Amino acid sequence: MSANLFHDGVDILHGQRRLWSFHGGVHPPQHKHESTNLPVIRAELPERLILPLHQHIGEPAEPIVQVGDKVLKGQMIGRAHEFLSAPVHASTSGTIVDIGEYAVPHPSGLNATCIVIEPDGEDRGLEHPRVGDYLQLAPSALRNLIREAGIVGLGGAGFPSYIKLNPGKLDGIDTLILNGIECEPYITCDDMLMREYPREIIAGLRVMQHALQARVCVLAIEDNKPEAFRALHDAALHEAGIEVILCPTIYPQGSEKQLIKVITGKEVPANGLAIHIGIVCHNVATALAVHHAVEHGRPLVSRYVTVTGAGVSQPRNLDVAFGTPVRDLIIQCGGDPAAVKRLIMGGPMMGYALHSHAVPVIKTTNCIIAATEADIVPPRPVMPCIRCGACADACPVMLLPQQLYWYAHTNDLDKVQEYNLFDCIECGCCSYVCPSNIPLVQYYRYAKGAIWTKEREHEQADIARQRHEFRLDRLAREKAEREARRRLKKASLAKNQDKTPHTEEAVDND
Amino acid sequence: MQFDSPTSPHGHARTSVTRVMLRVIYALIPGIAAYIYFFGWGVAINILLACVVALVCEGTVLRARSRPVWPFITDGSAVVTAMLLALALPPLSPWWLTLCGTAFAIVVGKQLYGGLGYNPFNPAMLGYVMLLISFPLEMTSWTAPQMLLDVKLGLIDAATAIFAGRLPEGLPIDAFTMASPLDTLKTQLLLDQTVSNVIATSPIFGNIGGKGWEWISGGFLVGGLWLIYMKVISWHIPAAMLGALFAVAAIFYLIDANTHATPWFHLVSGATMLGAFFIATDPVSAATTNPGRLVYAAGIGILVYVIRAWGGYPDGVAFAVLLMNMTAPTIDYYFRPRVFGHDRK
Repeated sequence: MSANLFHDGVDILHGQRRLWSFHGGVHPPQHKHESTNLPVIRAELPERLILPLHQHIGEPAEPIVQVGDKVLKGQMIGRAHEFLSAPVHASTSGTIVDIGEYAVPHPSGLNATCIVIEPDGEDRGLEHPRVGDYLQLAPSALRNLIREAGIVGLGGAGFPSYIKLNPGKLDGIDTLILNGIECEPYITCDDMLMREYPREIIAGLRVMQHALQARVCVLAIEDNKPEAFRALHDAALHEAGIEVILCPTIYPQGSEKQLIKVITGKEVPANGLAIHIGIVCHNVATALAVHHAVEHGRPLVSRYVTVTGAGVSQPRNLDVAFGTPVRDLIIQCGGDPAAVKRLIMGGPMMGYALHSHAVPVIKTTNCIIAATEADIVPPRPVMPCIRCGACADACPVMLLPQQLYWYAHTNDLDKVQEYNLFDCIECGCCSYVCPSNIPLVQYYRYAKGAIWTKEREHEQADIARQRHEFRLDRLAREKAEREARRRLKKASLAKNQDKTPHTEEAVDND
Repeated sequence: MQFDSPTSPHGHARTSVTRVMLRVIYALIPGIAAYIYFFGWGVAINILLACVVALVCEGTVLRARSRPVWPFITDGSAVVTAMLLALALPPLSPWWLTLCGTAFAIVVGKQLYGGLGYNPFNPAMLGYVMLLISFPLEMTSWTAPQMLLDVKLGLIDAATAIFAGRLPEGLPIDAFTMASPLDTLKTQLLLDQTVSNVIATSPIFGNIGGKGWEWISGGFLVGGLWLIYMKVISWHIPAAMLGALFAVAAIFYLIDANTHATPWFHLVSGATMLGAFFIATDPVSAATTNPGRLVYAAGIGILVYVIRAWGGYPDGVAFAVLLMNMTAPTIDYYFRPRVFGHDRK
């Protein structure tokens, strides 16, 4: 353990649970301290807030407002109809001026449906009913409250949280892990959040623990965030059943399956979920959002966003209302959008490059890196693979990246699956360490896409074939029915043959 | 406003093929220094000559194949091949021997298979074996270590010997050449001598192996350990190869110490250390999964002993490496690591 933390002269790491490790991982340059020097302030409201209806994993919300409507901060403007979905709320008071297609943060650079609000500048909030004692609420009512607050996983994935607060068939889960790892370089929003709201995060964790009936809660923080650790350690000092632990920094420790391995020594089965082994993982920011929703009735309308990179002169964290365009944040942090070479949403290892700075901050936006030449290594020529195995040594899933690369390269889609392509978490460690500069992850994304396309085509071909078979069946059935009718008729006519012989001839000639 | 938008990861570790190869070259230095110290300037001349030939061949073939020349000339892989081959040659080999071997290694062993990353066999060992089969006399006339010589050859003398085939006035070639320790042992054992007898009577043997060879092997060991420390190579191949060689040698030594050399002798003789850390670890032609590497390198270790003890050649590293190169794809197929979240099969 590199950080040596003392509290009142006592090593506070003494007695910490045994930690495990996962295979591989890398130590990219941190670049975290740049954005932790300035205090967190609220980002200014832009002229227009652009709120995509799809800010999470699952089905998009459906708009329940119309152009011209006046809305208040926290008012629901998009309703979630599906199970796997989350509602969207107005992040300030104002007028709905448009519902239409706008650029959204997505690697494709495609547009999606957004609700546009023109703020009235008053930032008037909706009166939310207070919940009172959540312990009196039925777990299902508590989950519904969290769902209606629009809370999704704020670590970056955006999975609707209420689903992950359901112990399912279990009476309760074994371990609830609160992820304060934040292993990607540059990103510090969770760090700042933990420093500023330790008590509230612990309170949110208690709500989650109640919903899941978790036996043990573990709050994990990497040892590059000693301030956050200290704050949470102190906040949880007299809380029974909550362990705040410090983990040695390594990327990608924040990945759910890797973190579970580190803390419990257990591996989530390849095609299974964490809950199958009695573990659930949530992000610290999600816990805070849950606390706000339960304690104050406040829906999720803003979040901490790290704005950093050499393209801004004052890298810092901002409390940003959802829908605020990225451009406004860069300007507010002393950056010139024109001087930025690459705009990355998320971290440098897994984040994606934005096509435009007009895209808004959404629920899953944890970081904006306004990158210049200083942040990005200029692309070096791609050399042939020398089979050195550095990728396999770095892979946290113990895959064989170079084998996957060979098969993806030659489009052998069966082989890539045999080599467990779909266990790849796209963390980027293999590409990061490749001495030949091969963009390995890109090959895996391509292969995954190709397989999905092929499967869809198969499905469609199956549907078409089924349809064709149904038609043949129907035609055969109809023919058989006609035949049967005809035979019936013939038979009935045969009975009357003596009486009406001419009719039978007429039928035969039919 | 448009930004460039490649996909993640957006950063990259400070590494490159050139960097990897440069480290291999640095790691060779202690062994080379010891080699020059004990066997004279001929070693250095061989290495330089091989490097020049390798780069010229590499560039010429790349040009003929319409491939970019500069990135591949500067990747360092041709230089590493040349150095490994030159280190396997007798110190006063005629220049054409080095030229033929290096040209064969680069052109046939590497470029004709598709160049960097595509050669199924270790190019340096292919070049070496071609020379050994074609020119057995030149390939086995080894120079005696300097401490056993009355006269020492200077840089000029060595160059004259290599390029003009002339030794200083009045000196017969026999004054410089001598069978290598492995060769001596093999020949004497065939004459029904005991190991202890051979070692006691021949001046070329030192404490555990051949005089000078102990230090050269030590130099390669130090460089190799540094490569493991720098994570250029993993420990699996050297450990498995040395371990297997040691184990097999120990078994036969325990069975009959009169006709089998000590395991220590095998570890410090011939190309064992160079092979374990620099040749068998050539990533392109080796097995690539960690469990596979253990099997692959253990195979080399066993074959080295088999060839030394019962084969037709005094040393067996080159043949052992080439034989196991053939099996590498199959080994990789059968020895895969368990994937996270999957059961052990």
